[in-house]
Amino acid sequence: MPHRLLKFAFSKEYPEPRMFNTPETLKPEYDVVIIGGGGHGLAAAYYLAKEHGITNVAVLEQGYIGGGGTGRNTSIIRSNYLTPEGARFYQTSVDLFQDLSRDLNLNLFYSERGHFTLAHSPASLRTQRWRAEVNQHLGISSRLVGPEFIKEQIPEIDLSCGGHQPPIHGALYHPPGAIARHDAVAWGYARGASQRGVEIHQKTAVTDIEIRDGAIAGVHTDKGFIKTKKVLSAVAGWTTHITRMVGLRTPLVIHPLQALVTEPVKPWLNAIVVSASLHVYVSQSSRGELVAGASLDPYELISMRSTLDFAEGLGGHMLELFPCLGEAKVLRQWAGLCDMTPDFSPIMGTTPIKGFYIDSGWGTWGFKATPVSGMTMASTLARDEDHELIRAFNLSRFEQFDLVGEKGAASVGH
Amino acid sequence: MKIIDCPVNGPRPLQEFHFGGEVRTMPDPARAADAEWADYVFHRSGEPAVKREWWYHVPSGVWFIAERDNRTDQFVRTYLYGEGPANE
Repeated sequence: MPHRLLKFAFSKEYPEPRMFNTPETLKPEYDVVIIGGGGHGLAAAYYLAKEHGITNVAVLEQGYIGGGGTGRNTSIIRSNYLTPEGARFYQTSVDLFQDLSRDLNLNLFYSERGHFTLAHSPASLRTQRWRAEVNQHLGISSRLVGPEFIKEQIPEIDLSCGGHQPPIHGALYHPPGAIARHDAVAWGYARGASQRGVEIHQKTAVTDIEIRDGAIAGVHTDKGFIKTKKVLSAVAGWTTHITRMVGLRTPLVIHPLQALVTEPVKPWLNAIVVSASLHVYVSQSSRGELVAGASLDPYELISMRSTLDFAEGLGGHMLELFPCLGEAKVLRQWAGLCDMTPDFSPIMGTTPIKGFYIDSGWGTWGFKATPVSGMTMASTLARDEDHELIRAFNLSRFEQFDLVGEKGAASVGH
Repeated sequence: MKIIDCPVNGPRPLQEFHFGGEVRTMPDPARAADAEWADYVFHRSGEPAVKREWWYHVPSGVWFIAERDNRTDQFVRTYLYGEGPANE
């Protein structure tokens, strides 16, 4: 980076080209059309171009890239999952994330913090021990720690929770737990894909999908029709819009998930803290803001409005953990959309419609899966066969009663 | 604060209610094919539209049906099971 910066200092040219191309018009035909320019869609485009040499690809985004779930999560990355399928999948994602700044030549502010899932009761402590044992068995760095260790690592925490809540008995500690700049992940993948020839069309909405003889024939957009034989739906949160166009039944229901940030303060919280009982997860961003979330909104809604109830509820619980935040001001709050599945695992891969691929069911666990989803979906599209890491996540698992019950999907909300 | 019109108790705040999921018709378990049963158990019509849903008024223990737009969160109408439109 410093070398590049020095070079630019002596250049009269604008130092960096735009992050990604912005073509004016759509071509009449593409090999692959990706619906959704979030992290997942852009990552799939990137790996399609990089690993499989498929570059005649259009990414269609109804808004702007990274403006959906990618820009609305709390940017936590971890792999302490409970099923072998989930653990393998998310561990691959963490491995990819650790090298991603170099791969994309963009500083993603990837920062390992250590991830604490607090236990407020003996029962909860037992659950965390179970998770630790399963994690260790699956080769994931994760262990049970006591209150002394927590206090040592996070001196500001109130282990008694102000006496209003059951005290902290211990925690599941996952050292590789990290945060990253989520916008940069989308931009980095967009730039990488764009440099290899992928077209990125923002403000381009898909209005219908053409199917002939059970196979994809093309995509209707508000800017005209495009012929293609392969479509990837990577629009988590809006998936039910797309599946309705192709007549696919899925278990997906959409709930909003809200989050907030406080004003920036000097760095004091180095860990990612999750409380399963208080429905809080919080970390401090590289800019000093505290980024916090709670549980899903309790009923279905395909809308990104935020509520006062949420800010009040989360604020109260945050103060029980960190009384020092009494004067901290909430800067903004927002909601993202979550595709919830009955088994808290994603729905990925091939579908009964030839040439239609789906990357959805991202519930509250989508950001951390961005690299591995892109990589496995690109392979699935290129080979027309589910990548081995996502075979268990195929939509057909519901018809075969072969669910992947992922109790480690999120520590809060279910 | 969001207000929901309970068919028995009248307008009450959202906090008094639980969401019970969409209204679905159970196929005959003895006769349903596996695929049909799986469809009933797992699949949902989660797409954007006005939905018929079960809602529960917790303090009075009343289950009722609400027609709600899942894009705008507007309740179109609420009624007790069997008292709504003929397509029960």
